[in-house]
Amino acid sequence: MLNIRMLSIRNLKAAINGMEILKGINLEVNEGEVHAIMGPNGSGKSTLAAVLAGRDIFTVTGGEIFFDGKPLLGMAPEIRARSGIFLGFQYPVEIPGVSMVNFMRTAINEQRKYRELPEMSASDFLKLMRDKKALMEIDSALASRSVNEGFSGGEKKRNEIFQMAMLEPRLAILDETDSGLDIDALKTVAIGVNRLRRPDNAMIVITHYQRLLDYIVPDFVHVLSAGRIVRSGDKTLAYELEEKGYDWIKEENQE
Amino acid sequence: MNGDQDPIINQVTQREYKYGFITVLDNDALPKGLNEDIICQLSAKKDEPEWMLEIRLKAFRYWLTMKLPEWAHLKIPVIDYQDIIYYSAPKSKKPTGRFEDVDPELLKTFDKLGIPLDEQKHLSGFAVDAVMDSISVKTTFKESLADVGIIFSSFSDAVREHPDLIRKYMGSVVPYRDNFYAALNSAVFSDGSFVFIPKGVRCPMELSTYFRINAANTGQFERTLIVAEEGAYVSYLEGCTAPKRDKNQLHAAIVEIVAHTDAEVKYSTVQNWYPGDKNGKGGIYNFVTKRGICLGDRSKISWTQVETGSAVTWKYPSCILRGDSSVGEFYSVAVTNNHQQADTGTKMIHIGKNTHSTIVSKGISAGKGQNSYRGLVRVSKNAENARNYSQCDSLLLGDQCGAHTFPYIEVDNQSAIVEHEATTSKIGEDQIFYCNQRGIDTETAIGLIVNGYAREVLNKLPMEFAVEAQKLLQISLEGSIG
Repeated sequence: MLNIRMLSIRNLKAAINGMEILKGINLEVNEGEVHAIMGPNGSGKSTLAAVLAGRDIFTVTGGEIFFDGKPLLGMAPEIRARSGIFLGFQYPVEIPGVSMVNFMRTAINEQRKYRELPEMSASDFLKLMRDKKALMEIDSALASRSVNEGFSGGEKKRNEIFQMAMLEPRLAILDETDSGLDIDALKTVAIGVNRLRRPDNAMIVITHYQRLLDYIVPDFVHVLSAGRIVRSGDKTLAYELEEKGYDWIKEENQE
Repeated sequence: MNGDQDPIINQVTQREYKYGFITVLDNDALPKGLNEDIICQLSAKKDEPEWMLEIRLKAFRYWLTMKLPEWAHLKIPVIDYQDIIYYSAPKSKKPTGRFEDVDPELLKTFDKLGIPLDEQKHLSGFAVDAVMDSISVKTTFKESLADVGIIFSSFSDAVREHPDLIRKYMGSVVPYRDNFYAALNSAVFSDGSFVFIPKGVRCPMELSTYFRINAANTGQFERTLIVAEEGAYVSYLEGCTAPKRDKNQLHAAIVEIVAHTDAEVKYSTVQNWYPGDKNGKGGIYNFVTKRGICLGDRSKISWTQVETGSAVTWKYPSCILRGDSSVGEFYSVAVTNNHQQADTGTKMIHIGKNTHSTIVSKGISAGKGQNSYRGLVRVSKNAENARNYSQCDSLLLGDQCGAHTFPYIEVDNQSAIVEHEATTSKIGEDQIFYCNQRGIDTETAIGLIVNGYAREVLNKLPMEFAVEAQKLLQISLEGSIG
């Protein structure tokens, strides 16, 4: 099978307030792959996700990123999104007064405009929304509520996956989507993610715990520590990590 | 924001005010300045009866004794009232009221503003009175409305054609002694609309007046009077624009509403006067006295305003709830961007028993804008079981603008229930980024968030206006986050 390269991260360095968080990340992601990134708190997992999405509070101090062959750095966040990058937020933001329907319709139509597709009609849109809600097993009242406003932690995370289903991104980056979820919510999220896996998209699943990977089986696991990927392997690496703890990586690194 | 977004932000900040064009017209104007002679000439130009001139002169003499109000949270440079033209009318063929006789230049102007005056072309369900500078250019559907007994005409026509009604109601809600700008308006008012809905009639279409200031150095002194007899209903809309000019211009208006027993009047405004440039140069000074009286039992007056324009806004649409079980409502969105200042709010005066009032005010400040809510809720001694609910929210964009709230509550009856809620929030970078990440650019994101915030008020507008108002909100805030 020919692997089609989707994302190349080369020696990426990034800082916030002059403090370097990412110290040279290298990562290659092909179509159809699911990569898990694990690591202790403060290792730079969320920073990596934010930099990929174009959050400007982080300054890229070195390296390059290519997405579908195009340089990503310097591209505005909305252009990255329209090009197919989706970030599932660790802490989804509340937007009072803006209904999910309106929010999603605006997002989809902005993305379609960028891809030179006609605007989606209201009826097509509502049908899409119904279908995806069914697929993701999401409560139908969600659509009439304001974006994340008053949602429980679990509802917020499910809403992220629902948006991912609506937008059908090429590359989805899920930033600790499992944090704060009970086991049932975790399963729902995982089922949703698995249903969205396709040979022509890819996912980067960022997680602190191994347990999510019981439900979303990754092709590759990378361990991030102090701003570097210190170890890569297949899913067995996650088990090893669970067993030995992150100290194992830290100690090994210092050797 | 990202460095690479700056050019976009700059571009939209410098976007032209869409309605800033000037129509080149031959004007019939009085010379600058204000004195009794000018007022006599103005009255003569309008072909007014003697009694109207007398009211004007009385108001003028009283105005001379008055002092400028200074309590508002506004910084206003001294206005030289002798440096203003008080009457300027587009010179055209004789104003016959017939569509064929309206100057084509004027028709073009209103077409450009999206207000076609040709009844054939007009948006269904709307009748329009179009006012340019000091006169009404054309009132549409006047005849078909007259068939059901409704009077919808320019104020000037009404003075001549319905003197009894004008004499009975004009000044009954806002007397000329009311305040400085009300006295000035009563002396020099130019034009506006008169609406009379007879007993039991539900007005079959939305009535609207579109105010346009065109001539330079000219003040516009709008005067509108709406009377709804027993059981009558009307929904009335007001829109306003003006050309871009470096010099400030004055708009001082009076709007009076009278609602008899079981009558209901909805009054909506989308105010988009030229706000001045981004350095605060030019723009309209908007001093407005709007007041309605719920005279009869179970009557209702509802004010909805979307204020996006003007350099300075001083405006408090109010309700006097005299009839028992009468209802007053005030829904407002006020935007101040760049150097705009707004001091706006309402007064709800509860006099009758079981009277209810609702106030929802949504202030939005951006740039160096200053936005104040000022509201009074008064429950008089005999107003048993009065209820008021007030909600005043402020939204801040950026860190150089200001939001202020001045609520006044005076309760003289123990049975009253008065509630006041207030919030202040900021559009967060994280909200913007969240939208960006879904493919929505920053301008659209701000529009989305602001419209979400103002939704409660926008929902009160008639459909067509709500859509316009949404777009307007977005445009007025373009470039405000950078």
